[in-house]
Amino acid sequence: MKLRNLTLSLVGLSLVGAAAGAAGSLVTTAAFAQAEQFFPMLVYRTGPYAPSGIPVANGFRDYYTLINERDGGINGVKITFEECETKYNTKLGVECYEKLKNKGPTGATLVNPFSTGITYQLIPKAPVDEVPILSMGYGRTAAADGRVFEWIFNFPATYWSQASAFVRYVAQQEGGEANLKGKKIAHVYHNSAYGKEANATLEVLAKKYGFELTLLAVDHPGQEQKSTWLQVRRLKPDWIFMSGWGVMNQVAVKEAAAINYPMDHFVGNWWSGSDADVIPAGDGSIGYKSTAFHGAGTGWPVHQDIIKYVYGGDEAKAKENNIGEVLYNRTIVNAMFGVEAVRTAQGKFGNKPLTGKQVRWGLENLNITKARLKELGMEGFMKPLKVTCRDHETGGSVIIQQWDGKKWSFSSDWIPPISEVVRPMIEEAAAAYAKENNITPRSC
Amino acid sequence: MDLLTAVFVAPFLDMAGSPVFLAEVVIVGVLTGVMYSLVALGFVLIFKASGVFNFAQGVMVLFAALTLVGLMERGVPVWLAILMTILVMIGLAFAIERFMLRHLVNQEPIILFMATIGLAFVLEGVGETLWGSNVKALDVGIPNASFEVGGILLNEFDLFAAASCAVLVAVLAVFFHYTTIGRALRAVADDHQAALSVGIPLKTIWVIVWSVAGFVGLVAGIMWGARSGVQFSLSLIALKALPVLILGGFTSVPGAIVGGLIIGVGEKIAEIYWGPLLGGAIENWFAYMLALVFLVFRPQGLFGERIIERV
Repeated sequence: MKLRNLTLSLVGLSLVGAAAGAAGSLVTTAAFAQAEQFFPMLVYRTGPYAPSGIPVANGFRDYYTLINERDGGINGVKITFEECETKYNTKLGVECYEKLKNKGPTGATLVNPFSTGITYQLIPKAPVDEVPILSMGYGRTAAADGRVFEWIFNFPATYWSQASAFVRYVAQQEGGEANLKGKKIAHVYHNSAYGKEANATLEVLAKKYGFELTLLAVDHPGQEQKSTWLQVRRLKPDWIFMSGWGVMNQVAVKEAAAINYPMDHFVGNWWSGSDADVIPAGDGSIGYKSTAFHGAGTGWPVHQDIIKYVYGGDEAKAKENNIGEVLYNRTIVNAMFGVEAVRTAQGKFGNKPLTGKQVRWGLENLNITKARLKELGMEGFMKPLKVTCRDHETGGSVIIQQWDGKKWSFSSDWIPPISEVVRPMIEEAAAAYAKENNITPRSC
Repeated sequence: MDLLTAVFVAPFLDMAGSPVFLAEVVIVGVLTGVMYSLVALGFVLIFKASGVFNFAQGVMVLFAALTLVGLMERGVPVWLAILMTILVMIGLAFAIERFMLRHLVNQEPIILFMATIGLAFVLEGVGETLWGSNVKALDVGIPNASFEVGGILLNEFDLFAAASCAVLVAVLAVFFHYTTIGRALRAVADDHQAALSVGIPLKTIWVIVWSVAGFVGLVAGIMWGARSGVQFSLSLIALKALPVLILGGFTSVPGAIVGGLIIGVGEKIAEIYWGPLLGGAIENWFAYMLALVFLVFRPQGLFGERIIERV
């Protein structure tokens, strides 16, 4: 009997202990949860655009992990993140956003849609849900006017600035703006809202400088482009600008090589200049150029830190996970902007998990100086920038990178956009949006 | 009036003004059409032998190409990798027969069609899990230089692809018309139960036809994959084969090739001479429109078996 009682007592004690332990664990989890900043990740690791989506997703994941492992989070606030698969499909992207927007102790920090289609759908939701959108170098160009688009940020450059910087680059190569007159420029573009973004800017600039612009649309997915390149062959343009995506880029580079088009006069936009875009064409892609707003490769201290803290020094494994590839590096920049926006906002609101509204303030007051870039291990990797209430795009400068058959390297200086043309267009488009949506622009 | 001139006069003047360019457009159209035929052939084979529209044919092209390039990346020589991929596709045909078709004998065609939709998703998932989703360069040694003949630019790769397709079509046409297995395949397509009752081994026939379709998929995968790199979007080229099938007929091997040529040349001419009037990128929907016009006058396609309904 005694033995039975003793056994029962022990079992009872064990249960109480286990319960207490569980409760303690819950308390600990809750305590941890209080010191967490949640970043939703809309990714596309599968589907037709997976070759671009995989390095993008890996870049975000690795940078957030680096901040946790190396720095213990953002001023002690750990980063948490969750991936949701969009397959680059707008409908799925919106579902992912709805699923993730309230996660974490303070909800989503901000959202990086990584798709122009998804961005367009989320723009009206941002002020309602108070989740800022960082559509870095994509999405709605007019969002650069922060007076109308309070919750949307598209720094460091927009499609319109990019197109104008491309024209400025051509002018530099041709010996001055006056020499643009009579030149033939073709824009080969993905037949979608994204692909058409640059058309209006190019048309205005064609009128201004007197070059002959030909617009050549390529339907999704762009697996077959013989007609486009037959037209290029007949037209013999002096320069080609391309706004492509996915398989369209790889086929275009290969077709251009097949018709012996001079590759150093073929310039893709920043979504047409990744490693995956040039590798299938082999040696034919040597000399191909694209715009960029950051470096390629692993030559910066931030990459060495990722190899050390995220991959335990295993460089081969880091390479397997796309480190140094163009799109991976782009998301390193993107993730850094998000982290630094939180850090900026912490300066005002305290070192604690912040709401989307507070992070929006951080984004609008973001000031990435040259000194800060050095501290981040990104000196020379990108240009410093300063966001303001009025200007959510910041500088809009691009740099030209060129493929040498093995790697991308910078082949120009930073090229500023033709702001006297682009900015009025942005303000006009933003004003039209404000009128359509009954938005009273902020005065700043 | 301006519009009428732009539609009915200017394109023809343009053609007459530069006949060499027109010839190049036609030649490129023919070569592209051959590539479409290559994909369409896989559909025709399975439809001919089992009356099933194989929704998974595009994914089979992707799966075969992924397997080939995956093996090559692991150091397997090209010829051996091709051989091993053929074996994988035969193994796949066995698995499809054993786990899918065997259970659906004598079912409605729509049931079989739905099963192939499921198969497409399974193959897509398995392919991506096994070989990953990154773009893979495929180089099996096909020459790729361009050269001019009388002002017309030709590409060695396109010519090689056209020649390969011509050989494949010839072999398949002979196979279907002059061999016992070919006749058995056609009997199965007409009626599963009747074919079984006269001693035709349905299971074996299905394995053969799915294996041949897998082989055709591999050839298509090599040709298209070498152009764009092997990646998921390779499965979407099936969309290019549909108008070819509608036009050529779902049951005719020569129909697939003629249909491909008509679509290839038609869409190129439409895009280049009429495309600019409509903002460009018309070739995709133009191919379907062309196929629909044919459908109105010849529902069975140019070479399809005549539809006879008895009361």
